[in-house]
Amino acid sequence: MKKITYLDNAATSWPKPESMAAAMAEFNRSVGANPGRSGHTLSIEAARTVMDAREALADLFGVSDMLRIVFTKNATEALNIVISGLLKPGDHAITTSMEHNSVMRPLRFAATNGVSLSIAPCTETGELDPQAIADLITPDTRAIFMTHASNVTGTIMPVAEVGAIARERGVLLCVDASQTAGALPISVSDMHIDFLAFTGHKALLGPQGTGGLYMRKGLEEFIPSPMLGGTGSRSEFEVQPDFMPDKYEAGTPNTIGLAGLHAGARFIMDTGIGTIRQKEMALTARLIEGLDSISGVRIFGTRDASKQTAVVSLTVAGINPSQLSMMLDEQYGIMSRPGLHCAPAAHRTIRTFPEGTVRLSPGFFTTAEDIEYAVRAIARIAKKENGVGSS
Amino acid sequence: MSDEGYCVLLFDSVSSTLLAERTLKKKGISHKVIPVPRQISSDCGVCIRFRPELREEIVSTLKGAVEFRDICTL
Repeated sequence: MKKITYLDNAATSWPKPESMAAAMAEFNRSVGANPGRSGHTLSIEAARTVMDAREALADLFGVSDMLRIVFTKNATEALNIVISGLLKPGDHAITTSMEHNSVMRPLRFAATNGVSLSIAPCTETGELDPQAIADLITPDTRAIFMTHASNVTGTIMPVAEVGAIARERGVLLCVDASQTAGALPISVSDMHIDFLAFTGHKALLGPQGTGGLYMRKGLEEFIPSPMLGGTGSRSEFEVQPDFMPDKYEAGTPNTIGLAGLHAGARFIMDTGIGTIRQKEMALTARLIEGLDSISGVRIFGTRDASKQTAVVSLTVAGINPSQLSMMLDEQYGIMSRPGLHCAPAAHRTIRTFPEGTVRLSPGFFTTAEDIEYAVRAIARIAKKENGVGSS
Repeated sequence: MSDEGYCVLLFDSVSSTLLAERTLKKKGISHKVIPVPRQISSDCGVCIRFRPELREEIVSTLKGAVEFRDICTL
């Protein structure tokens, strides 16, 4: 089999740390029980497995009470809990023009049910001026929903600045950290984040099927749980518990996945989020620089690694994105993602709708050689296609 | 082993019980997570057993960190 160069970490990170697979195997081999559904040794140990993951994520996000972290199957579920539960007819909500459909679709659905929606415009590089949000706030504004970084261009959003505005104006802030949890420092208190939706399988280096939601104390009062059922608590009552995290965690959780997520989070803490950021920034800077020297290549976003996550969106003149992505895969073994990346609004903003772009997203395990190889591959493809090109 | 003479802390949920366990462990206060004894009705299946002389220390340690529902003497 030919060598694989995986540059699709913005979709899901791969490979994962060895410790992640080991933790899942160990849970399977030695624990295996249903967490908190009984008082026996293995059930308590399984519940401790879940708590270990909760504690690690609380530490990563600067959350002092770990019971404010609810586990879900992904960030999408977390965002749906907040959007569908919080917004009522007559409410006004604000979002940005760089959102993924995990935010946009639930908001568009809410808008068909009497919620009014405003979309703050971002620049063609995907950047948001916090003032654009402030200008849209009305007395009916309930919440602002925004990504921490675009999954299309990697552009990092001014979450702390918007958080300060939101707090001052009495509006709630819900952040989609799908692209940043594990990749950038996050402090829910410093950034005034009321709800933080995260996924476990991207930069947190956990397995697919894990994710969660941080909810500031007291806000659970306004958000009904879309899922009701067994929690292992208040079993004598036929109504859902109203306390965290049980209110939102009906049914047997993905304990084996959370064992893996805990290991991923530990790997990040042991490595240091600063070290991870520095490495990913260097890879991104070199990728941008290398691609920039190729004739026919156009790079989208800020083109400044310090202002974005490890995501580079590009096009090559004369080749449509899906064709380019397929050539990278078939001829070079490079895994990329073409098209609209589930974010039509973002592509409209950067003016690549409806064709889209090819997205290359390095991760912590990507090497400098992988980047050079990808740059050479794209240079060859561009040269062949355009009959010109340097490098 | 008989539980007689011990106290137990009861919680709303397993998560709270294990958060209390973590808090007590960090302080090095002797305790044990056990299934809720049959004679006590509780909201969740596990509780924390401790020696009665530790009661005050445990209550003050958990204050502000995790809420418990009740303390019973066995």
